[in-house]
Parts: sequence; C-alpha cells; structure tokens
Amino acid sequence: MPDSPPAVAPAIEARGVSKAFPGVVANAGVDLRVKKGEVHAILGENGAGKSTLASILAGLYRPDEGEVRVNGEPAHFGSPRDALARGVGMVYQHFRLVERFTVAENVVLGDPHQPLLLSTRRAEKTVAELGEKYGLPVNPRARVEDLSVGEEQRVEIVKMLYRGADVLILDEPTAVLTPQEAENLFETVNAMAAEGKSVIFISHKLSEVLAVSQHVTVMRDGHVVARAETASSDRRSLARAMVGRDVDLSVQRAEEAPGEPLLVLEGLNVAGEGDTVPLRDVSLEVRAGEVVGVAGVSGNGQRSLAEVAAGMRTPTSGRVVVRGVDTTGKGPTAARRAGLAYVPEDRLGTGLAPSLSISENLLLTHPRPFFLKRKQMEATAREAIKQFEIRAPGPDAATRGLSGGNAQKALLARELSDGPEVIVVASPTRGLDVGATQAVREILDRRRRAGCAILLISEDLDEVRSLSDRILVLYEGRIVHETSGEEANVEDLGLAMAGSSEH
Amino acid sequence: MNDAVWVLTLAAAVSAGTPLVFAAVGEILAEKSGVLNLGVEGMMLLGAVTAFLAAAASGSPLVGLLAGTLAGGGLAVVHAFLSVTMRANQIVSGLALVIFGTGLATFLGNPIEGDPLKPGIVDLRIPILADIPVVGRILFDQDPLVYASWLVVALAAFYMTRTRTGLALRACGESPETADAMGLSVARLRYVHVIVGGLLAGAGGAYQILARVPSWSGAGTTAGIGWIALALVVFAAWRPWRALLGAYLFGAALAANFALQAAGVDAIPAEFLSMLPYLLTILVLVILSASSARKRLGAPAALGVPYAREER
Repeated sequence: MPDSPPAVAPAIEARGVSKAFPGVVANAGVDLRVKKGEVHAILGENGAGKSTLASILAGLYRPDEGEVRVNGEPAHFGSPRDALARGVGMVYQHFRLVERFTVAENVVLGDPHQPLLLSTRRAEKTVAELGEKYGLPVNPRARVEDLSVGEEQRVEIVKMLYRGADVLILDEPTAVLTPQEAENLFETVNAMAAEGKSVIFISHKLSEVLAVSQHVTVMRDGHVVARAETASSDRRSLARAMVGRDVDLSVQRAEEAPGEPLLVLEGLNVAGEGDTVPLRDVSLEVRAGEVVGVAGVSGNGQRSLAEVAAGMRTPTSGRVVVRGVDTTGKGPTAARRAGLAYVPEDRLGTGLAPSLSISENLLLTHPRPFFLKRKQMEATAREAIKQFEIRAPGPDAATRGLSGGNAQKALLARELSDGPEVIVVASPTRGLDVGATQAVREILDRRRRAGCAILLISEDLDEVRSLSDRILVLYEGRIVHETSGEEANVEDLGLAMAGSSEH
Repeated sequence: MNDAVWVLTLAAAVSAGTPLVFAAVGEILAEKSGVLNLGVEGMMLLGAVTAFLAAAASGSPLVGLLAGTLAGGGLAVVHAFLSVTMRANQIVSGLALVIFGTGLATFLGNPIEGDPLKPGIVDLRIPILADIPVVGRILFDQDPLVYASWLVVALAAFYMTRTRTGLALRACGESPETADAMGLSVARLRYVHVIVGGLLAGAGGAYQILARVPSWSGAGTTAGIGWIALALVVFAAWRPWRALLGAYLFGAALAANFALQAAGVDAIPAEFLSMLPYLLTILVLVILSASSARKRLGAPAALGVPYAREER
C-alpha cells in the first residue's frame, strides 16, 4: 500500500478483495477506503465489478481473497444481516421491498429490536423524523405498490437509516430517477454525509460522479484503475480511465431536412394489459432520415407504444401506417412486410432466442424455405459478424453467451438485414458499455443518413438526446411534451417526465 | 333430540369441514412462506393411518391425534428438503408426496382395513352456549377438536398479521430477496412453515379417522379432501378466517348427500350429490386460476419459486 497509515481508520475499507464467478474474475485485488462523512463514488462501466464489490461490502457475497474492514476492525460478513449489524447498508439497484407491505412494515421487517408483537407506531414516527432530517419525504402508511420509483428509493434509504446504517451503498441509484429526482437524491446524499455518514455512490455516469462525490475510485475489468479527489480531476481523464481509451460520445443529428413521413401513428388508444400501461390518444409521425425520440420514466406506456407500432398489439382505436400501408392490428408480419423493423428492449427475451445460434437467430425473420441451408446460413452469419463487429466465437455460438453489446449487434444485424425503411428501437444501448453504445449509435446514425425513419423509445434521457432530431415525452400513456433535439433541455424534459402539467 | 334435518345437516357440515380447516390453515402457512405444497392429500392419509394405529395400540385417541399430526409433519420435512434445500420443482415434489404418502398409508393400513376404531373422540357439549337454539346445536355440541380448530384459525390469523415472525413469513412469500437482504433466513422460515403446514394436515387426517369415518378404508378414508383443502386456500384468499367459513361451505357440500337422502329427496341420484364438493372445487379453481384473479386475491408473489441468493 502506497498510502501511509491514516490517523483515523476509514469507515469502511476493502483490502485486496478478489471474487471470481465461473468464467469471470469480477474483482481482482481491489482496494477501497472510504472515510467517515465522505461521499465516495465508484465509477466504472457495466461489468467492471462495481456491483460485486458493493455486494461484498454489504455481506451478500463473500470475497475469495482479501478482507473488509469497518472502522479499522476486520469484518467477516456471512450475510447482509451481519453487515447491517456493523452499520453497513446497501440500496440495491433492484429494490428489496415487499410491494404489498406498507412503508412502515418494510422498515421494521427483520429488525431484531422489534418486539414479537408487531408495533409499527415507533417505526412510523422514526420514518417521519428521518424523512424530515434528510429530505426523504415518505408516507409511512402508504403501500409500497402505490409508490413511484423515486419514492420507493426513498423508502429503501430510510429503511437503512432506520436500521442504523453509517455506511450507505447506493448501487446505480439514479438509473430509475428523473433528473429532478436525482437532484433531490444528491441533496439527501450530501445531508447524510454532513451528518457523518459515509456514502458509496456507484455509477457509470461521469456527470453524476462529478456532481456528488468528494472522492472517486475508478474500476475497469475488476481492477481499480484510478483513484482521485473529485475536485481535482476532470471529465476526460476519468472517462479515459473508465473505458481504457479515448471516447467520443458526441451528439449526432441529421444534417439534411427529413423527407416523407414513413411511420404515422394516428390517435392511438391502447388498453393496458397486465403490467403494461395504456396509451391515450397518441399521434406522431416519423419522417425519412429522422430520428424521433420518445423519452419518459419507465412504465409510462413505452412498451405499449413500441408493440403497437410493431404490430404486436392491437389498438382499441387509431391507426398505424407504415410507408402508406395501414398495418393496424394486422400482426408483426404485416408490419414487417410493409418495411418495418422492430428492435425490442428485451434483447434475449423478445429479440433473440437465447439458446439458438447466431446464424439461426438471423434466420428467424425469414422462416423460408422449409429446409434449412446450413452453408448459406453460416455465410450470412459470418458476413453479419464482420459487418456489425460482433465479438463471438463463431456463427454457431448461442446468443445466450454473448455480452449485452454483442447480442444487441446480432439483433440489429437481423432486423436491419432486409433494409427496412422504418425502424422501431427500444432502449438499444441499455446496459451496454461505452464502446458498444458508441457502436450501436453509429449503426442507427448510418441508417438515418440512408433515409430510414427511426422511432427511438428509451427511458435513458442521455440516449434519447444523443440521437434524436425531435423528442417527445410520454407520461402516463400520453405525449405531454414535444421539442426539437437541438432545443431540448434536461430540465424541461425532466419536468415533463415527472408529469408536470405546465407542458 | 328432535332437531330439524337442516340443523343436523349444518352440524354435520361443521364436523365434515373440520379436517379441511386444519389442512387449509396449514397450507396457508406454507404458501405464505412461498412454498406450494400439493402433497396435502398424502400427508392427511398418512396422518389418518398413523392416528388409527397409534390410537388402537394405546387406546387413547389423543395419542392417535398426536401421532397423526407428527406423521404429517414428517412427510412435510421431505417436501421442505426437496423444495427449499434442493430447490426442486414444487409441483413435482408435491405430487410425489401425494403418491408416496398414499402408498405408504395404504401399505401401513393394509392389516386394519375395515376394522372399526374403538376409542373415538367423544363430543363435548359446551354448557350454556349449546343451549342457544339452532346455533348451539350446530356449533357448540361438537367434539373438542372442532373447538381446537377455531383456536388454530385464530392463532394463525393473529400470528400472520400481528407478530414480527408473521411479518417475516409474509415477506418471505412475497419477496424472498427482500427478506434475505433484511437479514432474515428464507430457508429457515420456509422449513418451519412447511413443516407446521404438514403437522396441521396430519392433524386433519387424524381427525378424519378419529371422528369422521367409521374405519380405515385406504385412500377412500380421506377421499380427496386434501385436494379440496388446496382449492380452499385459494378460495379463502390465504386468510385463515375465510378458510374456516369456506371449510364449512365445503363441509355442507360433503354433508348434503346424507341430508337430502334423509329428507327423502331422491330426485337427484346420490352419486351426483357425492360429486358436489369436487365439482365445487373444480369450479373454484377454474374461476380463480386466471392469473389476474390470483394477483387480486393476494396470492404470495413468490409462491412456488425456489429462492437462491443470486450468485450470477
């Protein structure tokens, strides 16, 4: 260790922590030291090992090597319970909340100090007090299933504070938030740090890390590659450390005026079904050579919109017109024949058949002729692998084994193989690392230049802003805001995403 | 004793429903922890045959009840091991339990087939309450296990909603990840409640032979009421008090045959009346099997899903 021993022991510390999963080394000799009262960011791409490190600190995983220390004392956590007992609490990316319980019930769940006969009164009071103190307003009697995602996150944080956490680990906390909610979260984080708590803030977003943290540890491929004081580091050097090379994620927009409308949605109403949100009177058109981005917080009708445009769902009223052909409710094949390609968000669920090979997956949209021509399929797959730079062992590799970015490229290869003029894509770069994101954006940008009409539906505002010539905001199944890509500003979009009625 | 036929029928319905009360409350506890145990019929049969053998050997119905209860719990251990520790498919494991339990019970019961059981359970008339007209005869002139079943229902309802462990139990069936993250042991909670469920199913089976049927008659002893108990859990929306009411409703269907014949109604053949409870079961299951209905009714969200801490 190059550092001299600190006067005060760090609130939490990882020393030479390693953890391997079958086939991957998630953490290799990771050192991390987080001081009391500081906000410490862990920055890294997907798969860099951030979440694994966090899970080790929170007692969910045991390290293969190395140790965790809390306030200078070695800690051997066997479970999250042990970690909580030592004051280490984690807010997972996927919340650990019982939907059907009230906030107070969730807060007291598993609390060893709770008497055998349940009493949530004290918890209700404490929840209110903590909410007041740290700017985390939640109604302790509300049922979690009735809360918004932002509120659920507040419950998670309150829950950990209630259990006496002095070290809070937030795993990608802003992924589910609107920009305004993220602002509020930053304030809460600062308030907690001011109270002497330590916050570990895990993110792959540079701007957030710069905004909220005092220290930053950058991880790549399971290693710590950089450590810095946030105030004295700049965007470029952190980005380079994170990705391992220079990156260009500049905004791309159409250079020419858009042409004919190729995809027209008129007055669409779609009934909600199961978990999907209904659409109400949605009209939009996408012209040749134009990317129209649809932004919105998850669960506001994105899926219904994508599916109805792709012909997978029948609207109760309204029309879908693809290149002048009315495809309303005629099924995905009719939409495809009219020249539409659909790249669903759920790559390995709806997009690809995970256990089939790349060459077989490429064939799925052309189930003809009856007998498969192996050689031809293989040649097509090789061509696609080359053209889309898919990193795979070969055309026979099952798509299940591909990384997110390569699976997405394989999916795009199939969907774009017929030269569609209309492309509906949902969150195409979700979960991809910076390199793959760049590649996917370039693929879409090239199609736009070639005169395709692209409807881009995404919960990630950065993604929408990076490509779109026009941006619409979907809120509770309605389009509530429209702006051109150039004039779009995060604040207005965020307000619209949160359902602010000024728009 | 000159009560009207319908009063006697309702009294019989309470008695007929009592094995269902035990079994259904037990299954509610298991399912609330997230484990579906389809083996109720097997556990009840094994409980019944064990109760018979123990009661006959000891001359005490109480010993029979205890033995039957433990036998049901013992069989549930197998299911808990398969579904919690081995994370097997719970439907397959539950069905295996039925086959295994039925086979074992039939084997054990072979020598006693048709023998009458001497020490049965004696009715306990509750003074004063039993003198209330109609209601007294229906509810308070029963055997002690009927009263015990009410206690079980009350305790289960209180436990689930008002205690710390009850909260943990429900969390475990709704979201085991959350329970785990909050420091609860999902495996322990599931084991305990599956076994308690088995104990209660065993008690239900024991009651069936000690108080309901005159002799051991193989699989016909329980005649499928274990399956009815499963339907009842859904029907009751996983609530013990509703399960009690539902059990009596099914009990009425089971007792209707006898009553209508006694009343001289012979327009409907007896065979059809015997089908009534099973038809009711199918009806309930068909109506409730729509997944939207399941959710609305409050099925535990993680029911039937094995839990393993995510290790990628």
